[in-house]
Amino acid sequence: MSLVGESQRGPLVHSVLGRRDYEIIGDIVAPGSKVLDLGCGEAELLAWLVENKQVQARGIEQNGGKVMKAIARGVSVYQGDLENSLQDYPDQAFDYVILSQTLQQTLRPLVVLKEMLRVSRLVIVAFPNFGHWKVRLSHLWSGRAPRTGLFPYEWYDSPNLHFLTVHDFEALANAQHWTVEKHIFLSGQREIRAFPNLTAEVAVYLFRK
Amino acid sequence: MTLAPVEVAYQTYGQLDAERSNAILITHAFSGDAHAAGINPETGKPGWWDSMIGPGKGFDTNRFFVICSNVLGGCRGTTGPSSINPATGLPFGLAFPGITIADMVRLQARLMDHLGIERLLAVAGGSMGGMQVLEWAVSYPHRVAAALPIASSARHSAMQIAFNEVGRQSVMADPDWNDGSYYSGKPPGRGLSVARMVGHITYMSDDSMREKFGRRFRDKGQPSFSFGVDFEVESYLRYNGNQFVDRFDANSYLYITKAMDYFDLGAGFPSLGASLERAQARFLVISFTSDWLYPSYQSLEIVNALRSRNRDVAYCELPSTYGHDAFLVEVEEQTEIVQGFLTQTHKQAARLAGLVAR
Repeated sequence: MSLVGESQRGPLVHSVLGRRDYEIIGDIVAPGSKVLDLGCGEAELLAWLVENKQVQARGIEQNGGKVMKAIARGVSVYQGDLENSLQDYPDQAFDYVILSQTLQQTLRPLVVLKEMLRVSRLVIVAFPNFGHWKVRLSHLWSGRAPRTGLFPYEWYDSPNLHFLTVHDFEALANAQHWTVEKHIFLSGQREIRAFPNLTAEVAVYLFRK
Repeated sequence: MTLAPVEVAYQTYGQLDAERSNAILITHAFSGDAHAAGINPETGKPGWWDSMIGPGKGFDTNRFFVICSNVLGGCRGTTGPSSINPATGLPFGLAFPGITIADMVRLQARLMDHLGIERLLAVAGGSMGGMQVLEWAVSYPHRVAAALPIASSARHSAMQIAFNEVGRQSVMADPDWNDGSYYSGKPPGRGLSVARMVGHITYMSDDSMREKFGRRFRDKGQPSFSFGVDFEVESYLRYNGNQFVDRFDANSYLYITKAMDYFDLGAGFPSLGASLERAQARFLVISFTSDWLYPSYQSLEIVNALRSRNRDVAYCELPSTYGHDAFLVEVEEQTEIVQGFLTQTHKQAARLAGLVAR
């Protein structure tokens, strides 16, 4: 069983980030580079990067209907489950590999992150921050699994398998000796700097081995 | 052994542009021919992939120059075992040399030379056509910008070889086959039609046969308790078997099925990946969920070998109940994918040509 690959980006990307994730990732990605997007959906982001950054784009997506749309858009997307698909790529095949809003849905996040670092020089990960104050309050007040705009699912039908905070990710990066090149914290459309573990809705990390 | 001279039957659709940059070669499946699109003025029949090739279609002839030729060993205009052997003045029969998919492709490359096409925008085909696509991409890497192997395989499995062998044995068991020398008499129609019946079963699926025929009886709706035609499915198979005899040469059947069985893209290389590493084209690989003759795992083998060499490949498994026939039938989805893929390929090729010109 795997929920991953069929990206559940929908509500997060569109309602929280709007178009901003394109701009943020567009700012990070160097023109002409090789980019792999995991759980790329209909490859809107990749098509945008091809148009605006002249990248060589590849994607992995599990949902066949979305793969069709992506290929029709002209992007080379592979229909498969991202947790079992990375192994076929050679070492350092890409300049960037992107995992946007899906890390918390993978069965084995650390395995996925390590594989990403194997196939790519740089890794971009964006995830919803479980440490946000609204999540904490929701849990504190209701005494139940938190439900917020960012985590809108009932516990029994949530695609999220793991719940991590900004601090959790940084602790892991430290323990693994990864070098964080850049991080961006977002609340709605705004970029924030103070107390990200409390105030960031979404965290974006650019890191390497 | 060399075979010369060789005749090739081909058709073209659309216009070759001034830069000769918009040519697409369509490679046909086992029983196909050069008549891929449009209406044949003699028979009034549409081409075998007419739904995909034409103005505004998947292979849009308003934009692209599309070529399709009958394969070497065929019996629809290209030199094959039914052609006259110049040494004897009689049809070749079994004197015709064994042929391979690579031979078919070499002949197509000569045809491209003849047409003045150095580089193809794409080579596309389903089933055995897909084998030719793969061979093109590996043998002529600099002549192919895009490769579209559909419902195909880099090598036949034991099951696929087994079905072909049943077909061959059926032809050869017919006394009219006469060791391949039947051209002055009666062709081995019974054997060939049974071979075709088996073929048709493998092109469908349990679902599609249930939908198309079920257990319906013909005519009276009653079993006759004889060995005539009772069930709809029997009638369908017999009809198609008999039709096939009129348009296909039994020896071509033997030679071409054998060429498919011998095909192994990775042979002579350390691995399939090593052979596909030679390819420079971008790939679009398509398989179909209910295709049990060329199952998706065979397409995935190609795709994963390409990914392991960091080649440009898009892969999609389309849902269909039509079995192997799906590549001929599922037009709407294939059209959308193929159009987008070709548009992007054309754009990239133009950009590359611009860079080179500068």
